[in-house]
Parts: sequence; structure tokens; C-alpha cells
Amino acid sequence: MPASTMSAPAPTGAGVFSRMASSRHLLGLEGMSRAELLEILDRAQRFRDLLDGQGIQSQELRGVTVCNAFFENSTRTRVSFELAEQRLGATHVSFSSSDSSTAKGETLLDTLRVVQSMRVDLVVVRHPSAGVAAYLARHLDSAGVINAGDGAHEHPTQGLLDLLTLRQAWKGQFEGRRIAIVGDIAHSRVARSAIHGLRVLGTAVTVAGPPTLLPMGLEALGVECSGTVDDAMRGADAVMALRLQRERMEQGLLASTSEYARVWGINARRVELLEPEGVVMHPGPMNRGVEIAADVADGPRSVVFQQVTDGVAVRCAVLLRCATARAHEVRP
Amino acid sequence: MSGRQVIRNARHWKTGEPFELAVEGGRIVAAGAPGAAGAGASEVDAAGAVVSAGLVDLHVHLREPGGEGRETIETGTRAAAAGGFTAVACMPNTQPVIDDKAWVSWILQRAVELGHCRVHPIAAVTVGQKGAALAELIALAEAGAVAFSDDGHPVMSAEMMRRALEYAKPTGLPIVCHEEDLTLRGQGHMNEGPVAARLGVRGIPAAAEVVMVRRDIELAELTGGHVHLAHLSAAGSFDALRDAKRRGLPVTGETCPHYWTLTDEAVGEYDTHAKMNPPLRAARDRAAVIEAIREGVVDCFVTDHAPHGFEDKRQPFDQAPFGIVGLETALALTLTFLVKPGHLTLARALELWTEAPRRVFGLPEVALAAGSPADFTLLDPGLEWTVDASRFRTKGRNTPFDQWKLTGKVLATWCGGEITHMEESWMEAPAR
Repeated sequence: MPASTMSAPAPTGAGVFSRMASSRHLLGLEGMSRAELLEILDRAQRFRDLLDGQGIQSQELRGVTVCNAFFENSTRTRVSFELAEQRLGATHVSFSSSDSSTAKGETLLDTLRVVQSMRVDLVVVRHPSAGVAAYLARHLDSAGVINAGDGAHEHPTQGLLDLLTLRQAWKGQFEGRRIAIVGDIAHSRVARSAIHGLRVLGTAVTVAGPPTLLPMGLEALGVECSGTVDDAMRGADAVMALRLQRERMEQGLLASTSEYARVWGINARRVELLEPEGVVMHPGPMNRGVEIAADVADGPRSVVFQQVTDGVAVRCAVLLRCATARAHEVRP
Repeated sequence: MSGRQVIRNARHWKTGEPFELAVEGGRIVAAGAPGAAGAGASEVDAAGAVVSAGLVDLHVHLREPGGEGRETIETGTRAAAAGGFTAVACMPNTQPVIDDKAWVSWILQRAVELGHCRVHPIAAVTVGQKGAALAELIALAEAGAVAFSDDGHPVMSAEMMRRALEYAKPTGLPIVCHEEDLTLRGQGHMNEGPVAARLGVRGIPAAAEVVMVRRDIELAELTGGHVHLAHLSAAGSFDALRDAKRRGLPVTGETCPHYWTLTDEAVGEYDTHAKMNPPLRAARDRAAVIEAIREGVVDCFVTDHAPHGFEDKRQPFDQAPFGIVGLETALALTLTFLVKPGHLTLARALELWTEAPRRVFGLPEVALAAGSPADFTLLDPGLEWTVDASRFRTKGRNTPFDQWKLTGKVLATWCGGEITHMEESWMEAPAR
């Protein structure tokens, strides 16, 4: 027990931030309360209902300017944010790393300060480095920061959309449920956000995957590690298959996609191990035939495309929450 | 300072007894109980402060030549003097690398001109620290290098390390081994474990250090060459060092204040000021560091003082460089976290910063006795103070200890008979 470090004040260096109390940012699901999560989900559910009915044609974000800053490739997340911004009446612009000035030697921080200086209210940022969202939230004095994926750390809007999908599948009941998350946990921001959100809401989480892709010390996040996919899925109320990046083979972390599919892939036989109402999730993009069998992806248990729709609803709720908080916090 | 200077009302660092000494011509000319020093042209009233032989830091990065924006010999030794140090050994991973005798001479000359303490250059083991060809170790030793190291760039080839240990033997100088298997480190940026797992940062396993420690211990046995294990951080490394000593091998080892003070929890939310290499480890490693220090397995303390620019550290965690500054907090962290909790006596703690490192590198002895160079430090082991990085003498502000309340402060430092540092508040005290 490092008692002596506790007697001293916490380090306050250039890279540190004390967990942002401000809700103009959404940096991660870690540390969010049950009440906060449910409030976002309630609001998201109302948008979700509109999407199934008359559609969202709101002006709730009128006068709010959002910049989607993507320093890593993304199609679905970026399109999903842009649609949410548009449907709520926000002014929005997007750029990706290929056309950003960081390619010309400008620092990340300066690039985002430039954006902020154009009186942008919210920045939606995706970046390959873990911790970048918190870093920007610490160093930008007025813009709100929404994390759209920072390295292997968190992807909170993905985590929230997973919660929204599960809340519908589980009829609002998170307690007493259990989910299996299968695959490349080590590199997965999707897994970390889902784990934090589900643990707060009372859902048990079992993870399974090749030991090379399970980070050491994972149990500290409150999950159980299972030796086999069958054991993880047996009796679970949902399974989430994570995307397998091909580069894991080059890194020597896996032998082959075919061996992965055989040992860790979600196939029809394994889906039968779930509870009768259990659902199959995938954050996309899917490698059919690798981490998820094609017939499972398209099968009756799959909620993969529902997740995508829920993503737009969740992003509407998050944008609204952050814009509202910013309007209260930042005096011009 | 001309003429005979007398420092009165001090307490001896080993005995705690009243002590005074007289300095003239760069040397101590008289020392002992009250009355021993005689009269002086000038006098300093130590007011009960402890006087110790000058501190030595065998592992600092002065960044010169090539990195003057981050530190210079002038600023680094200024920080050293403020930390109570009268000598430092500087690492050769500069630009260019110190792999040529001309650069060794240049550092020595520059330190004489601008330094606030003695500077002992450590030269590279291999040309350009590239691990491919031996540097001219004998010429480097003749020019004044005190050790060899490819610090920052571990010698990955066991064969090259073997030959270096053999080739260096006629010099009698140690090879300071930065123990890290680069293939195991991979793209890691902090200790592998629960904190890294939570933050989504790639981890560096403790084994990356321990496997190299064990390799080099075997090479010390094979060659009989002196292996000095740099900045040890992992529990397994201390087990290996303990084992090597039991076998009677020519192996010594050092550790740093941050490894007995902090764990990887200090990374908190991506604090780049808690990022160094080797990384802060787990609680059990920290406990093992303290245990090894208590047992005497650790031969000496070093800071691994590694200044970086503000902009370099103000980057996303995985892009920021490794390293923290340490010269101005080293003694206080020792007193606060080793002496105060009772792990070490004051005398033993000071020994690990003075006589012990001099023994490891075979540096000339410094004693509080007539005839010795006048290299000594006055300190108040009980004084509480708050670290203020903005007032550091080093150019670096990269410390995880800013605003920490610590116990024990250096009041003044003499090197070669010159006052190289004196605390303002102490200097202005009415007694003086």
C-alpha cells in the first residue's frame, strides 16, 4: 500500500487532468454515475422513438457550432455524428487527418485551438492516442470535447449506444444480466466503454479472447475472464463480438484468421448457448466469417443494425447534453 | 573566496555531534569538535545544520551538446548544487553521442568553465550508441570518462555486451547497463498492469527489465567485467542483484527516488510527468525497492535527471518523451520517504548519496577531514518545504512532485571550497 503517496498531493503535471466534472465534455464512461447514464439513455430513447416515427427535425442545437475532428479513419461514427448534428440544427464542419494542418507540422493542440478560436462550441474528436480527449478538455478553455474514440481507451458514444440497444433488448433491466465480450480487448476502446457503463448499471461482464489480446490486470475493471468462448457465452444475456484487426497477425499476436474464427468466432452453435432472449452485438465494421459468422450477423438474434440506429439517437442526446452544459458554464 | 573560511555550529552527518571545519585553497584544512577549526577570515554559522560530504549523482542527463534547449552543463550543475550535489556523472546520449575522446575533454573543459559542481563524463559503449561497433573505450577512459553506457539505447546484442565488458577491463571502469529488452518493451509507454489496462495504454512488462538484468549478470560472470545496473525499478531485478552479490560477481546496482516514492497509479489520467523509463511500477515493486535498499542490496542512489521542454511533455501521453528531473528533489524524497518512515538512518541515507556512489565508480574520496577536497553540503533534515517547480534551477519543469510537501532541505553547498549554492531564506537569516 503506497501510504506515503497518499499523504502527498496528487501530481499536477502537464498531462494530468482532475476528472472533468464538467458535463460540457464527454470523455469516457468511466466515473459516470448511474443517474447520469440513465438520463442520457432516457433522452436518447426519445430520439430513438422519433427516428422510428416522424424522424428528427429539431432546431434544438440551432446556433451551436460543432467541429468533427477525425485524426483516424472512421465512416460510421463520423456519419452518425454528422447526421445527429444536422438533424438537431447545428452548424457543423468536419475534417480528417489527411487534410488537417497537423500533417504540416502543427501540433494537435494548436490545431484544436485554432478550431476553438473560430468560435466552435463543441469538438468531436477521434485520435489514435489514448487520453487525447481528456488532454484536449484540459487544454481547451471554452469548447466542449466529445470523445469519438481515443486510442484503446474509450469510445463513450459507442458504449452508450450499446447500453441503449441492450436496454431495449433487456426491457430496461440491467441488474442480474450478464454479457460476454469476446475478442481483442487489449486494443478495444469499445470494450472499455461498455465495461464501465455496464458495471455501473449492475450488469456482470465476462470477457474471453486469445490471451495475447487480453491485457494484464483487466480484472481490475471488474470483469471476469473466461478461458473459452463457450464458457463465457453459456447463460449470458448478450454477446458482443469485437472487430479483429488484420494487423494483429503481423504483430505476432495471432496465428491466423481461420484459427481465430474456429476458436473465438461467434457462430450459430455458440449463439445457442445464450439465454433464450440473448442478443448478438458487434460495433462494426464486421469481418464476416472471422469474429462473427455471416448467418449470425444476419440472424434473428443479431441487433447489429439496431445498434447503428441507436448510435444516431445517442449522439443526438450527447450533443444536446454537452451543448446545454457549455451554454451554462462558459460565459462569453 | 579568498582566505580561510570557517563553518561553525554544524553537526556531523554520521555522529550527529557538534562539528566545525575550516576551508582554504579548495581543501578542508581543519575539522573536528568545536574549537578544532580555529579562527577564519570569514565565518558561517551553520546554526545546528547537518554537514555531510558532498552528494554525488552517477546518472544525470545534462543534454549538452545538442540539447541546450532542455538543459546545459551550466543549468544542470546549478540544479545539482541546489540539490546538495558536488559531483555528477553525465550520460552520453547527447547529440552528438559522447563516443569520442574529444567530446569527453570538451565536457570536462566546459564544466570547469561553467559548472557549479564537478562533472564526470560517462562515454558511450558503442559508436553512436548504435550497438554495432565498440567505441574507443581505452582512449575515452584516458580522456577522463568514469564509466561507459549506452543509456537510453540498451545494447541488445549479448555478444556485443560481452565484448564490451571484456574490452573495458583494462580501464577498470564499469559499464552502466540500461536494462531493457526492446522487443519486450515494444510500443509500451507505461508499466504493464491494471492502470495501463484501464487507460488503454500499451504496457511495458517488468520482465523487459529483468531479463536483461539477468543476462548481464551472467555476462559479468563470464567476463569478470564490472556491470553496474542502471535505474532498477522491478522487484525481479533486485532478486537478481541480490543473487549476483551472493555469487560474488562484480555487479552493482542503483535506483532512483521516484521508484521508492511512486507507483504506476501516479500516471493517474495520463500525467506525462509520471512517464519515465523504466516506468513507475506496481506497489509490490515499490515495496521491493525499499526492501532492497534496507537490506543493502542497492549500492547507491541516482536521480536519472532527465529534463525535457514544456512543449515536449505537453503532448498526448504516448507521444511525450520519457523522463523526469530529479536533482532538486532527490535528497528531500530520500529523507521524506526513506528516513522519516524509519527505513534508513540519516547517516546511511546520506552514505548512499555520497561515499557509496564514489565507491561504485572509483571516484576520489571526499571526507570531512583535513586534506580532503572541500566538497560538502549543509542540510536541515527536518525542515518542511513545498516543491515549486517554477523555481527550479534546471531548465526542466517535468517533475511529478510539484507542490509536494517534503521534509529535509539542502541549505548550502560547497564545492572545491567555493559556495555553489545557498538557500536565500537561510542566507538572510539574522544569525548570519
